[in-house]
Amino acid sequence: MAQRIDVKDLNIYYGDFRAVADVEMSVEPRSVTAFIGPSGCGKSTFLRTLNRMHEVIPGARVEGRVEIDGVDLYAPDVDPVAVRRQIGMVFQRPNPFPTMSIADNVLAGVRLNNRRISKGDAQDLVEQSLRGANLWNEVKDRLDRPGSGLSGGQQQRLCIARAIAVKPQVLLMDEPCSALDPISTLAIEDLISELKADYTIVIVTHNMQQAARVSDRTAFFNLAGQGQPGKLVEVDDTSVIFSAPREQATEDYISGRFG
Amino acid sequence: MTATTSPAPAGTDPGGPPESAGSRPPRRSLRGPRRAGRPVERGASRVFRWTATGAGALILVVLAAVAVFLVVKAMPALTASSGELVDSVSFMRNSSSLADYVGPLVFGTVLAAVLALVLAVPVAIAIALFISHYAPRRLASGLGYVVDLLAAVPSVVYGLWGAMVLAPLVQPLWSWLGSTLGWIPLFGGTVSPTGRVILTVGVVLAVMILPIITAVSREVFLQTPRLYEEAALALGATRWEMIRMTVLPFGRSGVVSAAMLGLGRALGETMAVLMILSQGFLYSFLLLAAGQQQTIAANIAAQFPEASDMGMSVLIATGLALFVITLVVNMSARAIVARRKDFSGAN
Amino acid sequence: MAATPRPTAVSPTSPSSSAVIDPAKDLATLLRQVDPRRRRTDRVMRGVITGAFALAMLPLLSVAWTVVSHGVERFDLYFLSHSMRGVYGGIDAGGIYHAIVGTVEITLFATLISVPIGLLTAIYLVEYGRGPLARAVTFFVDVMTGIPSIVAGLFAYALFAVILGPGIRMGVVGSVALSVLMIPVVVRSSEEMLRLVPNELREAALALGVPRWLVVIKVVLRTAVAGIVTGVMIAVARVIGETAPLLITVGVADSINFNLFEGRMMTLPVYVYRQFQQGLIPCSADDASCIATITYDRAWAAALTLILLVMLLNLVARLVTRFFAPKTIS
Repeated sequence: MAQRIDVKDLNIYYGDFRAVADVEMSVEPRSVTAFIGPSGCGKSTFLRTLNRMHEVIPGARVEGRVEIDGVDLYAPDVDPVAVRRQIGMVFQRPNPFPTMSIADNVLAGVRLNNRRISKGDAQDLVEQSLRGANLWNEVKDRLDRPGSGLSGGQQQRLCIARAIAVKPQVLLMDEPCSALDPISTLAIEDLISELKADYTIVIVTHNMQQAARVSDRTAFFNLAGQGQPGKLVEVDDTSVIFSAPREQATEDYISGRFG
Repeated sequence: MTATTSPAPAGTDPGGPPESAGSRPPRRSLRGPRRAGRPVERGASRVFRWTATGAGALILVVLAAVAVFLVVKAMPALTASSGELVDSVSFMRNSSSLADYVGPLVFGTVLAAVLALVLAVPVAIAIALFISHYAPRRLASGLGYVVDLLAAVPSVVYGLWGAMVLAPLVQPLWSWLGSTLGWIPLFGGTVSPTGRVILTVGVVLAVMILPIITAVSREVFLQTPRLYEEAALALGATRWEMIRMTVLPFGRSGVVSAAMLGLGRALGETMAVLMILSQGFLYSFLLLAAGQQQTIAANIAAQFPEASDMGMSVLIATGLALFVITLVVNMSARAIVARRKDFSGAN
Repeated sequence: MAATPRPTAVSPTSPSSSAVIDPAKDLATLLRQVDPRRRRTDRVMRGVITGAFALAMLPLLSVAWTVVSHGVERFDLYFLSHSMRGVYGGIDAGGIYHAIVGTVEITLFATLISVPIGLLTAIYLVEYGRGPLARAVTFFVDVMTGIPSIVAGLFAYALFAVILGPGIRMGVVGSVALSVLMIPVVVRSSEEMLRLVPNELREAALALGVPRWLVVIKVVLRTAVAGIVTGVMIAVARVIGETAPLLITVGVADSINFNLFEGRMMTLPVYVYRQFQQGLIPCSADDASCIATITYDRAWAAALTLILLVMLLNLVARLVTRFFAPKTIS
């Protein structure tokens, strides 16, 4: 179920502006890879190119290759809708559909492909996904209530349940805890460690402690300067990045000298 | 809302050198405290305030006057006995009482407006979606302007166009409808050979109310939080599925109130009905037959120039009925908009 | 690799629903195919939505085309500079001069009534308005927006009939009817423009010791003037085509009447309706100078004049915004 991602010579543009330049890296299957770096360095932008969400912004485009298990996501015959179906995403702010119940939120993605899912199967899938997101025990009595009634942390776990309900190959998380309190953050971090048994996970985070806690590998992005594109400085095992990084910029950032 | 970020010194001293502009902020803050204890306004300021307030109050007076004068002039008709009315008002010959006269008119008014609404709402929603979610960003505002042009055409021109161009054009279509779907009561009866029937009126009214429904729907569709649109897309939704999952549920109340505003317009529209419809005074659902229905507004315009004193009073009474109907429709539209505002404010 | 059964740390139920993806298929296929039915729906809806836009353009183009092509025939200097006085039957004569006079005078007078009231109300709402009165004004301006034009006509008629006696028909009654329709539009657009004036500007002027009313007139109004003028012109463009209220308050006339306060007047929209209503002229076959369709030809030409007038107003309004708007740093 989990796949390796290879990024080759990737350049990302907003119109004429090059936001991220020349990224070359691999993401290992069944592991957690964290992207860190100062604000505006393009780590979120880069994350969004991994499931072709970048291109929904008008004027945004990508040059280069993103290969998942050897298939280029940007090949002309690849369908962006199918790509997003296989590579799930969790956003910075929890965004369960407020017009749907908790159960319908979990099933939202599944219903797109399988309109006539039987009631029993649907119930099983809701339970399985909510258990997978460590949310089942908290919401099992109010599955038909709107998802917007949950706390922020619960909403975010609901979003994770919604993402894993369609059984994607990869899970992308864009600062999933930045809008949450410390306890909810802890719950999500625990969940991430459990999920990596099944999924390839890529997480963008502002919080270096979080990167150190949850990730196996860490990629550091940096800006060359104002108006310059963001660049991938280095990527290595998390332990290496946080103890003995190769680049001076990484060490400066890790030790809190800027950013 | 737009880029009015710069408090350009347009009003104060446009010719002033940039250095003086730079020195202004500290001066302002020095004088700030004194203004805090501002005394009661005196002289011209006071007069000006009361003039402005008076103008606002005048609006209320005008609206009250509309109601009062209409009631005053409708009084003779409302209080006269049925026999008296039928005898003295030439166009009431076939009615037994005022209610009997107004009834079919209200029916015709609502029927024409509802027809217009049924035809206009789906198209308006589609156009609004096209502008908000399909058309390239750069084209969108231009396209919105083109739709607004439809609202700039005077209603008398629509009437002329509807009677001279559209009615002959759609007549064959109506004939075909009548012959193939005649078993549906709506399309029964003898199909008019001129095409000047209520369905044609409905089409023209639909064109006329399209811009307002489109404009309001477009605004609410554009307000759909990007957050949810992206959530749907990231789940692997196609563009249409994303619209169905997020944009439409979010915009529902806005679209309802837009439709109500359009309904209000269609109810009061006069010239297009007057010039196109072959009138009748029946409670008739026959959409393709001539001489079946008439609307309040068109009836007033048709009868008023020739009416006797009591006749005018009767017509004003029907106008009062129209006023009340549109008032109710418009106020419920506003109420829905207001409720929606509360809802989105809480988010 | 894709086919490896996933070790589930969660519920042991193995739902058949998870066979949404056939694990036998490899990833390359999965990335290339979306359920053909879903893709078809998406395409169909895109077609329907684009088609609806095209559909709405049809009446616009048809109206524009027919009005121009039919109207241009009689649209000339003679038509613009002659009235209908002494014109009868199918003779090749008659114009809209009297209607233009009526439309311009009645609309101008309506503007004269509406702009002070509308603008002052907007100033009240933006600069002073709070509490129940402001809420009531806002609400009733909304209500006024929805008054059907024919009801506005009835109101103006009733107002003058109560004061001056029944059967009254004169230009000023029409102006009052139009101003009932115009005031809410002027209030709304002016209010919007005044709210766009940044608060710092007001505070800066007040801090200089300028009295409040001068601040409003010299600073706020001067900054917003372009937008207000635009709004007024759009409002004029909206009421200049109103037919029904003028038909019942001002009536119809064939001769030129410059006096707003006495007698019937002709107006352009009513002229269009009047000519249309007279229908085909029954011409005898041997009368070569008789034009059977003369009334329709006049109606189209007058409609063309009216549309040109409305478009001109809209265009000028846009130009005013473009050239006289306060400069902002973008």
